[in-house]
Amino acid sequence: MSPLKSREAILFGAILCLLIVVATRFPAFVAPGNLVAVVTDTSPLMILAMGQMAVILTRCIDLSVAANLALTGMVCAMINVAAPDLPVAVILVVALSMGAILGAINGILVWKLNIPPIVVTLGTMTIFRGIIFLLTEGKWINAHEMSPHFTGFPRADILGMPVLGWIAVLVFGVMLVLMARTTLGRSIYAVGGNPHAAVYTGIDVGKTQFAAFVISGTLAGLTGYLWVARYSVAYVDIAGGFELDVVAACVIGGVSIAGGAGTVVGTLLGALFLGVVKNALPVVDISPFWQLAISGAAIIIAVAFNAQSGRSKGRVILKSAEHAQ
Amino acid sequence: MSLTENASRHIPDRLRSPLQDKLVSWESLLLTVGIAIFIVNSLASPYFLNAWNLSDATFNFTEKAMIAFAMALLIISGEIDLSVAAIIALASTAMGVAMELGAGTPMLVLVGLTTGLLCGAFNGALVTKLGLPSIVVTIGTMSLFRGISYIVLGDGAFRGYPSSFSWFGQGYVFWVISVEFVIFVLLAMIFGVVLHKTNFGRMVYATGNNATGALFSGVRVDRVKMTLFLLTGLMSGLAAICLTSRLGSTRPSIASGMELEVVTMVVLGGVNILGGSGSIPGVVIAAFVMGLVTFGLGLLNVPGIVMSIFIGLLLIGVIALPRLWAICRKKGG
Repeated sequence: MSPLKSREAILFGAILCLLIVVATRFPAFVAPGNLVAVVTDTSPLMILAMGQMAVILTRCIDLSVAANLALTGMVCAMINVAAPDLPVAVILVVALSMGAILGAINGILVWKLNIPPIVVTLGTMTIFRGIIFLLTEGKWINAHEMSPHFTGFPRADILGMPVLGWIAVLVFGVMLVLMARTTLGRSIYAVGGNPHAAVYTGIDVGKTQFAAFVISGTLAGLTGYLWVARYSVAYVDIAGGFELDVVAACVIGGVSIAGGAGTVVGTLLGALFLGVVKNALPVVDISPFWQLAISGAAIIIAVAFNAQSGRSKGRVILKSAEHAQ
Repeated sequence: MSLTENASRHIPDRLRSPLQDKLVSWESLLLTVGIAIFIVNSLASPYFLNAWNLSDATFNFTEKAMIAFAMALLIISGEIDLSVAAIIALASTAMGVAMELGAGTPMLVLVGLTTGLLCGAFNGALVTKLGLPSIVVTIGTMSLFRGISYIVLGDGAFRGYPSSFSWFGQGYVFWVISVEFVIFVLLAMIFGVVLHKTNFGRMVYATGNNATGALFSGVRVDRVKMTLFLLTGLMSGLAAICLTSRLGSTRPSIASGMELEVVTMVVLGGVNILGGSGSIPGVVIAAFVMGLVTFGLGLLNVPGIVMSIFIGLLLIGVIALPRLWAICRKKGG
């Protein structure tokens, strides 16, 4: 456990260093108000990364989260246009359940048909995006078509932080309990750590992976509504390519792509790291076009770092062809 | 048609195994599907059966297929490269920069291929030297390579390639036979021979079936994988040349999402996504099938994003159906 702990400390230190470096030139960046804004801006990433973490822990990957987000967000927006007076609570239920269903589709294909998760989610990624186009014929839903309470909910201020930020905190808390204190959470670690051993301890590997996909899908659905409401616009390409940021946040946060290792706190810090970088770039006057390359480089560095720290220290007696693990 | 002969080729590493039987029939099944689509298309649209239209249709798959051949070998060896479309973007951007500096056509080609090769080397080094999982590495380099393109180009574009450069993407060798199609056919033959007739091809299969076993049998597993990453990079560079030449411009968003179509083509061609089996004739037929589907839908005015639904369904369906079939049979018997 100690390398994992130190890893979070390193990441936390890296975020602090980043903040200090930016603060030396632009003190306003670390003002409490701005930090809250950074956290709020990173909230969608944090929420999605929590779900992605569960999936990656079970040795799967979910590349369809951004498309799920966009599809659920669009459906929420369309419901709002059709029935402007519908309370936010109903919209939230719709978003959560629709996200869960889309996640379950991925999960079923992985569980029952044993299709490699990367193939399933690459496929559903394009299918979900395509369905948005079929629903809307490529039209946008703009701010003036949405009702004020629909768009106002994630921005409503509670104790100085918008609801969006609080939801991320809530999801963080729930995941913390779920992963550490429930049978499902421990099964998720067990399945990723050693699937064969998990089977012998009576854990249904496929079912656990299915559950992880449902968690990821549910959170993506939730984020779908929040995203559309926050930016007050819904169209086919919202959050395009965001799945890569989500995977990046997990990998940077120390979640091993080989499954079984990674923590909720680490994932949160990984997302925060990317969020701080993203928000700091314009402040230090670097073109936003740098962001894609930076997150790509961050993924590679993080995964190299993960492999280095995860490598066993003992003498290698029998060489294995895959020396990653 | 020589494809028919190739489709019934036997892969000697798994003689008489049920899997091999399935593979053999897979290619003939695919060929049947391809012919059926061809017939349906020619009935559905009066513009389909026209030499020039059919020649245009080949552009739907030639560039993707170039990468798909190398990707097939890479996937058979148990790795994957999701950064191919980003390599196209970077190679195309590099060619654009070279063009701005006044490079001629031969230099542009050299720049494109070299960039592809370097990107492949970068992926390969991370996977083989550092022992990192290729999925994550190439997801990372996918952002990195395209990110560099965005840094160079921002929201701009490179235009004004020399007119001789357009030969690759717009030229015709003979009547309706385009340069790209000729490259496609040549590569199909080269890759077919390399995979099915050479030592190296056997090593690729061995690596994918049991990497540790292959290592102890004297296969330099890392070197095989490195070579395949280099090859995939090189082919992406070649595809970048063809695509840039055909479009006549470079934007950082060029070829976005193409990695999905390439992987779909490979999987549709019967290559096992988990590695160890697959054949080049299968990929060739899959290329034709995908090209015909997209072209047919295009003639029927189906927008691109709806076509991507078909591609996604095809990708999942192709893998799901045999497994569903197996489950049903198990329950039935």
